Amino acid sequence: MILELEHVYKDYIQGKMSVHILKDISLSVEEGEYLAIMGPSGSGKTTLMNIIGCLDKPTSGSYHLNGKDVLTYSDNELSDTRLYNIGFVFQSFHLLPKQTALENVYLPLIYAGISKKERIERATEALERVGLGDRLHFKPTQLSGGQQQRVAIARAIVNHPTILLADEPTGALDSSSGEQVMELFQKLNDEGITIIMITHDAEIASHAKRQAIIRDGILTGREALAYEKTTDSDN
Amino acid sequence: MLENIRLSIQGIWSHKMRSFLTMLGIIIGIAAIISIVSTIKGTNEQIKQNLVGAGNNTVEIKLYQNDWEYEAAYNGLPQGVPIITDEIRESILEIDGVEKASLYLNRNYAEGIYYHNTSLNGGKIYGIDEQYFSTCGYQIQKGRGFVDKDYKSFRKVAILDSAAYNSLFGGNEPIDQTIEIQGEPFTVIGVCEKSNTFKPVINSMEDYYNYMAAGSDGGIIFIPDASWSIPYSYDEPQNLIIRAASTDEMSSAGRKCADLLNSYVTSSDIKYKASDLLEQAKSLQELSAATNQQLIWIASISLLVGGIGVMNIMLVSVTERTREIGLKKAIGARKRRILAQFLTEAAVLTSLGGIIGVAAGIVMAQVISRISQTPSAISVPAIIFSVLFSMAIGILFGLLPSIKAANLNPIDALRHE
Repeated sequence: MILELEHVYKDYIQGKMSVHILKDISLSVEEGEYLAIMGPSGSGKTTLMNIIGCLDKPTSGSYHLNGKDVLTYSDNELSDTRLYNIGFVFQSFHLLPKQTALENVYLPLIYAGISKKERIERATEALERVGLGDRLHFKPTQLSGGQQQRVAIARAIVNHPTILLADEPTGALDSSSGEQVMELFQKLNDEGITIIMITHDAEIASHAKRQAIIRDGILTGREALAYEKTTDSDN
Repeated sequence: MLENIRLSIQGIWSHKMRSFLTMLGIIIGIAAIISIVSTIKGTNEQIKQNLVGAGNNTVEIKLYQNDWEYEAAYNGLPQGVPIITDEIRESILEIDGVEKASLYLNRNYAEGIYYHNTSLNGGKIYGIDEQYFSTCGYQIQKGRGFVDKDYKSFRKVAILDSAAYNSLFGGNEPIDQTIEIQGEPFTVIGVCEKSNTFKPVINSMEDYYNYMAAGSDGGIIFIPDASWSIPYSYDEPQNLIIRAASTDEMSSAGRKCADLLNSYVTSSDIKYKASDLLEQAKSLQELSAATNQQLIWIASISLLVGGIGVMNIMLVSVTERTREIGLKKAIGARKRRILAQFLTEAAVLTSLGGIIGVAAGIVMAQVISRISQTPSAISVPAIIFSVLFSMAIGILFGLLPSIKAANLNPIDALRHE
């Protein structure tokens, strides 16, 4: 089990009212899985992804990543977890506009303290894996949306993360580019990368091997629930 | 770190106009300070040169009675002041920083000196040993200098400096002419001149007296000290003049010589004292530095304003780059990384401003010195200090924006439009 959420709640205080964003979420993901979490906007799926991605902490409940309790981590430890264990892919790519594709991809390697020579080697390799070996020195503005997203994916996998976390990875793309990104995800998953993808699009979600649905902060996915019943007998 | 500096320069270059305007406060401040410091340094060097005499480095150690120069003409022979023997002169030469030493007797207000009916007004007469001319840097222009025989035979010979020559002879041939000193006939054998004449800038009465003490307008007549007792009296007290090895050693060497001579003096109110021109130069320099120090403080205000400008633009930059900061934090940059990135950017920005400011300051100092005819001298420590100081301003005023950047919440930052 590389990821395990148990009875996770997330509340936001609004004035005197406490709003439950996530209610009693339990979720387990095994190595090599390809999971889609579906849900309409406002369902709490982004909050869930922020918690999985160690950007946010739950109000209560527990979260273990690679068997370690993430909730006890300091700010620096959380940064290092994001650096070494999690690769983020965002809807709006979030590439640095003035840097080339190569420089964008090796950014996490700078934070990992890797020498420039090795950075370039590894970033080149990652870009080749996403099929952009011939676009190393292009700036984001010179690339199409689909290509930009593939640069972002290369950046997410360059440090060999445990989990690739994708938030609406096709949301800003046309359908054929989206399809390419999905093919890439399939390929990366086949190579052994664990993928958790968040989307509101059922068709995109259908590419994943397992689907879960989040609605009003409650995880109700059939597969997810089934999984829970078999592993968590106390529940 | 190098990566950060490279990215900072890239960032600064991509916003050329904004970066330049941000740096402007620092540039103006540093330029003002550099030009003020250069002017102070130039003025100080000028004061030192004018007052002390560049390359001459002579210090007179004279006998004083209760702060007044001892005048044998009015005061008679002093009690408790021994004759300075050759052994004492030798031990003076052994003092650190003393290159040459000479003993002389003198009348600062010489009377009874005539050539026919022309009298020497306001002149001085010196009875000198064989080292005097070389110590003080006199050169014989006409005729000859004193030779061994002049001393041994107590010859009544005299050498005039050019001022004395002009006032007594007015351009006529002086060699082998006879002048009268206190009723005694002396033969003029030569005319001498100081090898490096310096013309001091006289700004005050104090400067004037200093100048008058160092030289004389009325002219000087030199005779061998051996012959001094012919027009004057035996066993008059001697004064000492030394040449220091360097200008900076003048004060200490002069003081040491005075101490040595005073160790032989038994009188309680008559003492040898070094005329410390360097000390006087220093007090003048301090005066000019003190006024300029205030200018430096005023210029520093512009650095403060420049620093606030940097802080302002860095805050704008943090807001503009919120998404970038959010992304960097999301992909694993620690707080310290973000802090370092923005601090480096601020420091690079202000250091660059400092370097441009130094260059502008040097140019400004040159222009000021051309216009106002005052010298300027570039101070290397001031340049290094300025660049380091502007770097420190960047770090100081970059701190608040950098902390703000480092503490951004990545979730909010990523969502920032």
